[in-house]
Amino acid sequence: MSKEKIVLCDDLADVMPPEYHELVENATYGDQDRGWKDIGSSKELIEQHSLCAGCPESIAFRYILASLPAPEDTVFVGSTGCTSLVFPHVAVHNIHSLFGNQNAIASGLKRTLKSRFPGVEKDVVVLAGDGATVDIGLDMTMQSWFRQEKFTTICFDNELYANTGGQESGLMQKGFVAKMAPKGKNFEKVRLAEIAREAGCAYVAVLTVSKPNRVEQVIKNAVLVAREIGPTFVQLYTPCILEIGKQSMEGLDEMKDSEQIGGRFVQKEYITDEAQKLLDSIKEETKIRKKAAKEAKKLVNA
Amino acid sequence: MNKQVELKNRKIIASQHVKLGQKNKMGQTYTDVNDIFYKAKQTANFMTGSEVIRAAIKVASVGTSVAYPITPQSEAAALIGELYAEGYVDEYFRGESEFAVMGQCAGSAFGGHRVFTTTAGPGTLRAMENFPMWAGSRLPIQVCVTCRGINSPLSIQPDTLEMHYLLETGMLVWHAETAQDLFDYILKGFIVAEQPDVHVPIAVCCDGFFVTHTKDTVDLPPEDLCLTPYDPYRNPQPVMDMETAPIRMMRDPFVMKSNYISYATHASWQQEVKAAVERSRKHTIPLLDGLIDEENTDREILIVGSGTAVSQSREAIRLLEAEGIKVGLVKIKTIRPFPYEEIRRATKNAKHIFVPEFNVAGWLAREIKANIPDNERVYVGPHVAGGMTMPSEVIVEEIKKHLGMEVAARGTLG
Ligand SMILES: Cc1ncc(C[n+]2csc(CCOP(=O)(O)OP(=O)(O)O)c2C)c(N)n1
Ligand code: SF4
Ligand SMILES: [Mg+2]
Repeated sequence: MSKEKIVLCDDLADVMPPEYHELVENATYGDQDRGWKDIGSSKELIEQHSLCAGCPESIAFRYILASLPAPEDTVFVGSTGCTSLVFPHVAVHNIHSLFGNQNAIASGLKRTLKSRFPGVEKDVVVLAGDGATVDIGLDMTMQSWFRQEKFTTICFDNELYANTGGQESGLMQKGFVAKMAPKGKNFEKVRLAEIAREAGCAYVAVLTVSKPNRVEQVIKNAVLVAREIGPTFVQLYTPCILEIGKQSMEGLDEMKDSEQIGGRFVQKEYITDEAQKLLDSIKEETKIRKKAAKEAKKLVNA
Repeated sequence: MNKQVELKNRKIIASQHVKLGQKNKMGQTYTDVNDIFYKAKQTANFMTGSEVIRAAIKVASVGTSVAYPITPQSEAAALIGELYAEGYVDEYFRGESEFAVMGQCAGSAFGGHRVFTTTAGPGTLRAMENFPMWAGSRLPIQVCVTCRGINSPLSIQPDTLEMHYLLETGMLVWHAETAQDLFDYILKGFIVAEQPDVHVPIAVCCDGFFVTHTKDTVDLPPEDLCLTPYDPYRNPQPVMDMETAPIRMMRDPFVMKSNYISYATHASWQQEVKAAVERSRKHTIPLLDGLIDEENTDREILIVGSGTAVSQSREAIRLLEAEGIKVGLVKIKTIRPFPYEEIRRATKNAKHIFVPEFNVAGWLAREIKANIPDNERVYVGPHVAGGMTMPSEVIVEEIKKHLGMEVAARGTLG
């Protein structure tokens, strides 16, 4: 989509909601260097959210939406769960269809967009909960990786089924007492990152959303590698504060604790050589571009 | 809803966003569906139902087809793969299960392609959660259902029970009697399902093996003509391609929040899908020449059927005629929308209505019973199941028995 498509029709401008005016005038569609730092100074692509107050999923959404390399040509695929309550407020096309089939939808979508728009990169990004990604949808998640489908899968790992009230999930920690695991979960947290690596993902990252710069880098890496090379996977710890008995302001500490040495969410990445080479070249290009822009600005100012 | 539509001078409007007469990359000429069927010279071919599916898809300008093997549609699904390799279909691959395949089809349709897939029996049931999702998402995907048993122990035999499960999915459901119907319905089905005021999925059903694996004479239009491609922007929903401004599609999420709003939204949405199915009538009637076919419906004894049960009934009627028993026939072509008015009218004079079916439930008889006055006139049967054939003699016997006539010992008839 060219940015010109997001314009207001003059005759109807007065009936459009103010937030849409802002979106047209002050969002960062088409800005090559967009990132989390735009939050606060530009119009975000998420209007509001209907998650619990303080739910880390909400900040994760904001960072991800701020970090997409090209939201004007990105389509999201969601799944059922707490995340699906947010998508209606997001200013990027997004699909909700069923619970667990997100990677099947994304496979068809990505191929069709590739076929319909041969000259344009249309990024497809899946964003779903751990139950959707690992339990009910694992088959489709993995099969899309086997087939080397070129899109990014993001899993909001809150280690349980939040939307249905806190039941056991495959990504839950061993021993955790939850609904449907009344004696404590009796098997280990599924090693999804390693499964992703072995199933053919070219780029895999596990982290929390405590640090926006890290989230930004990982999302950019994942989307750019998916464009050029193959499937990518990002697992983000977004604790369900409601179900683990935390207060609204305690989500950040929970994430920080879990990323300490020895914790479940110490940041890790698996990158294939090919993907690393691509990321290095993108980094180099960006550096040169930014330097040139700086020089140009200096010249103008001089 | 359900008003009779004037047939005369009506012509279905197909998309014209691609200029008619223009050629595609395979050298086929985009042609109006009416001209393909009613103007172009048709040539007789002797072929199996699976080959008919291939022939239809070759001229259908399909964007994506996703395949998964299950008898009796595996051959057709593989033949579409050949078309993809030749360049007639843009995108094709094997999915991992019918549930996934229908999701992949949905993704392609959300992205703006014309989408075709095939399934059968257990595959249809494995896929089931997707069908109302397709309808609710207003995706005009076509699935060709080559009906087979769904029972355990495992069966691959022809049986139309799975169609019963499709009736309330919000899809159009058409039932082909012959290989010719199958060809016609596949191509016409795309055009009807894609009309902006319809825009719901369509299941083109046929009876497995009887239609897919037998050879029949089929009139085909020239292969160098093809349907105009799907225009994704003639759509009641935005295409998920970021080519239109992202609007906030819902004020509130579709679940939770205000339950009052939620109830109202979902109820009206369901009604709209139902209404869209009904609106397909006005496009279907001119293309299929009515939702039903009638023969001698002024008679007191009628057979009403769909699929290959109609062919068997035709032969039964011939046998009965030889004995001086006159029976009329109604062939139902579209199960959804159900031709309520037409059936009421066609059965007006009947004293006895027989509904032969290839399934244990007798779902077609139930539909008819629920929609005509004096429904004690409907005799639910004969029906066979589990892959049994329905010899015309069985229909003859059942009719005679029910009418209190003497039935000759088995094997001496016809
Ligand atoms: C086929 C089907 N099975 C079950 C459900 C019920 N369901 C809705 S959301 C959900 C849990 C979602 O868990 P997760 O994917 O981890 O997302 P979260 O809510 O934790 O963010 C379940 C089981 C459903 N909607 N569909
Ligand atoms: S239930 Fe948990 S995951 Fe869902 S919105 Fe509330 S805190 Fe967040
Ligand atoms: Mg979860």
